[in-house]
Formats: sequence, structure tokens, C-alpha cells
Amino acid sequence: MISLTFVLNGKITTIETPPDRRVIDLLREDFGLTAAKEGCGTGECGACTILVDGESRLSCLMLAAQLEGRSVTTVEGLEEGTNRVGRIQAAFIRHGAVQCGFCTPGMVLAVSDLLDREPKPDRERIREGISGNLCRCTGYQKIVDAVEAVISETRGKGQNT
Amino acid sequence: MNVLLPSTAEDLWRILGDNPDALLCAGGTDLLVKVRAGMIRPVSLVCLERLDDFRGIRDEGDTFSIGACTPHTEIVTSSAIDAFLQVLKKAVHVLGSPPIRNMATLGGNICTASPAGDTLPALYALDAELELWSRSHVRRLPIDQFITGPGKTTLRKGEVLAAVRVRKPAGKFIHHFEKVGQRQAMSISIANLAALVKVDQTDTIENISLAWGSVGPTIVRSREVETALKGTKLSVEGLKQVFPLIDRALSPISDVRASSTYRRRVSANLLLRLAVHEGCRT
Repeated sequence: MISLTFVLNGKITTIETPPDRRVIDLLREDFGLTAAKEGCGTGECGACTILVDGESRLSCLMLAAQLEGRSVTTVEGLEEGTNRVGRIQAAFIRHGAVQCGFCTPGMVLAVSDLLDREPKPDRERIREGISGNLCRCTGYQKIVDAVEAVISETRGKGQNT
Repeated sequence: MNVLLPSTAEDLWRILGDNPDALLCAGGTDLLVKVRAGMIRPVSLVCLERLDDFRGIRDEGDTFSIGACTPHTEIVTSSAIDAFLQVLKKAVHVLGSPPIRNMATLGGNICTASPAGDTLPALYALDAELELWSRSHVRRLPIDQFITGPGKTTLRKGEVLAAVRVRKPAGKFIHHFEKVGQRQAMSISIANLAALVKVDQTDTIENISLAWGSVGPTIVRSREVETALKGTKLSVEGLKQVFPLIDRALSPISDVRASSTYRRRVSANLLLRLAVHEGCRT
């Protein structure tokens, strides 16, 4: 067991955990944060995407010890409408980009990482940005529509983020 | 399984000294899948992600030294790589997915030594040299002497791949990389080709290096094909002349992704794409 200290959704957190516990299990089972989902368990579906120090990462391919001193964001830590990830979620709802919902938390965080790096991606770049997140319901069109809406709203408000 | 995260080279050597059977873990995107599947059962894992000495892109004038623990995202967004090593940038761009590229590293792709590793043909075409560090020793060797077979390298116990050294191609080269997979993203290469080509004012090939991936136990670089192409015109007809030589150089397998016959045919045809540069003097 190790004593692990990291920032989880903005709060400094310490927990006793085996160092090789997968981060997805740590989040879901120890913290009860079930937004990150285990789809494939091998890094191919993106359903377990979280942000670590603001970058998208796959929590099924990370071990607890790797989080020491890092800052982790899951969609639970975000209140709707109050920040960009909240705006992404709201746009997903408006554009019907959520069907079964399994991919949605990972998808929202992948979009957040994309818009951090590139504020105004075109449709092709949006598709590339979410290429690590599989959705078996929507056919992606509505997801891309939602991301485009976030970009144009942001531009309308004259904000960079 | 114990998980250790050294943050300095000194820490690393001490940890490796205390845990001689530890396994090195770079981004973990390949290794942790194998651990989870029970294919390997390490007692301890040494994660290299916090070693700043092994990370980042350094311009040393005529050479780039790329830290082995540099994540792919850093390579694909680097303006220096964009300016001088387009072939590597193009290969990294089609590797995995954004979160995989955030985690996985250049050194990890090399040490995994998969015949389908996407950065490898680019590094072979660039004649990359690897810098291997151990506690008291540094050695350098060409990448084709490091990778010896699928998943096999000449990395010694107590040794760590620290950096990848790539000379800037002298003069203007066409930087080409193309991957054939079953889908555009998150796919394993069925075949890929990295090429560096220099042509003169009359489209005659002055210099060429070609490296195919996923069509042999390691990357295939054929000096015979390269020599045959030097002095010929860069054109579909000219490139087709070396098809029999390419066929001889490759030794693809049939697997779930494609047959060996398909791999042979597509590998040769990948070369024809270079003809799009015909007439665009570089």
C-alpha cells in the first residue's frame, strides 16, 4: 500500500491504495466516480478518458502511483454551464449528441483537450480530436455538430477558452 | 506489483540497482495491456515518465536529440520537428489516438519493437541513432542494430534508452509517410512506407531512403532498391521498374489484418505515391 496524494476535481485528496491499482478502478470503486467507464480495458475505446494535468489520458492504462502530485479531472468535477467543459456538455445535450451515453464522459473530456490545443478546429480536425473515442450510437455527426456549436458560441462571446 | 517513479537519473540508477528484475515502463500503453492480460508478470515496474533528463527535443545544430520519454504529442506539435523532420511528424500523426499520443513515447515505440511500430520506418529512413545509458556507460548504435526481431532488442540489463539522435537531412528532401490500415485512426499498420527523396531540376533522383513497416520481422530498408532508383526519373514508370526488387526484399506474414499477398502488393504500390512529387522541384 502507498499513501497517494493528488488533486481530484479540484480537491487535494489522500488515499491508501495498492500502487498498481488501475486508475479507472480507483476512481470508480474507491471514489464512487463512475463517469469514466471501462469499455475495452486496452486503450482503444476512450470511454475511460480522464484529464491529468489538463491532458486527456486513458485511466485503464494508468496505475494509481502515477497520479502522485498530479491533478485529475473527471466530468463529475464540473458544473454545467460554469466553464468550458460545462458548455461542451450543454451543447451535447442540445444537439442530441448523447444516445446511450456510455462514451459521453470520455468524449466531453477529449473535446476539452482538443479545444485547449486548438480553439477553432474544422470538422476534420474535430474528427481527429475525438478519434480515440468510440461511439456506437450517434455516427459521430451530432457530436461534431455539438463541438462546432461550442466553438461558434465561444467565438460569439469573444472568449478564447 | 511495486510501481516506482524516479525523477532523476541518480534515482533511476539506484532503483535499478535495488530492483534488478524491474521492468521499464515508458507510456505504458502497450506494456500495461500485456500486464493486465497476464502475458508478463513483473514484480516491479519502473515508470520513466518523470525523468526530465530523458524528455524533450534538443536542437544541436545539425542533429536533433529527442529524449526517449518524449510523448508523441510533443513531437507532433514541435515547430522544430515540423521544420526539419516532416517524415517523423507524419508517422507520429497517424499513431494511435490523441490520448495514446499524450501518453505513449518515442522510446516506448522503439523498445516495443513491433514490426508495425509507426515511428520506426521514419526513424530507419532517417538513419536514427540511439543513445543507451547505463549507470556508468553510454553507448550509441544505429536503430537497425538495436531492433533484432518482433519485440526483440539488444537493450542490456541495467540499460535505458535515453535519446534518439537524428541528423537533419542536408538539403531539401521530399518527406513522405503513408500508412495502410483498416481504418483511419487507432489502427495497426497493414503496411507503411517512409521515404526521403531528393531530386534535381530534371526530376532525377539524387538520393533516396525507403523503409517499409509491417512487412517483415522488423522494418525493411533495401539498399538494393535505393541504389536501383538513384539516377532514374521520379515517375510512375520509373518507380515500377524496382517492383521485382521490392518483392524480394519483403517477407510479410498473413494475419487477421491482411494476407501476405495483399501486403506485398500494397507495399510496392505505396512507392508509386512518390510520383505525386514529380515536377514539384524541392
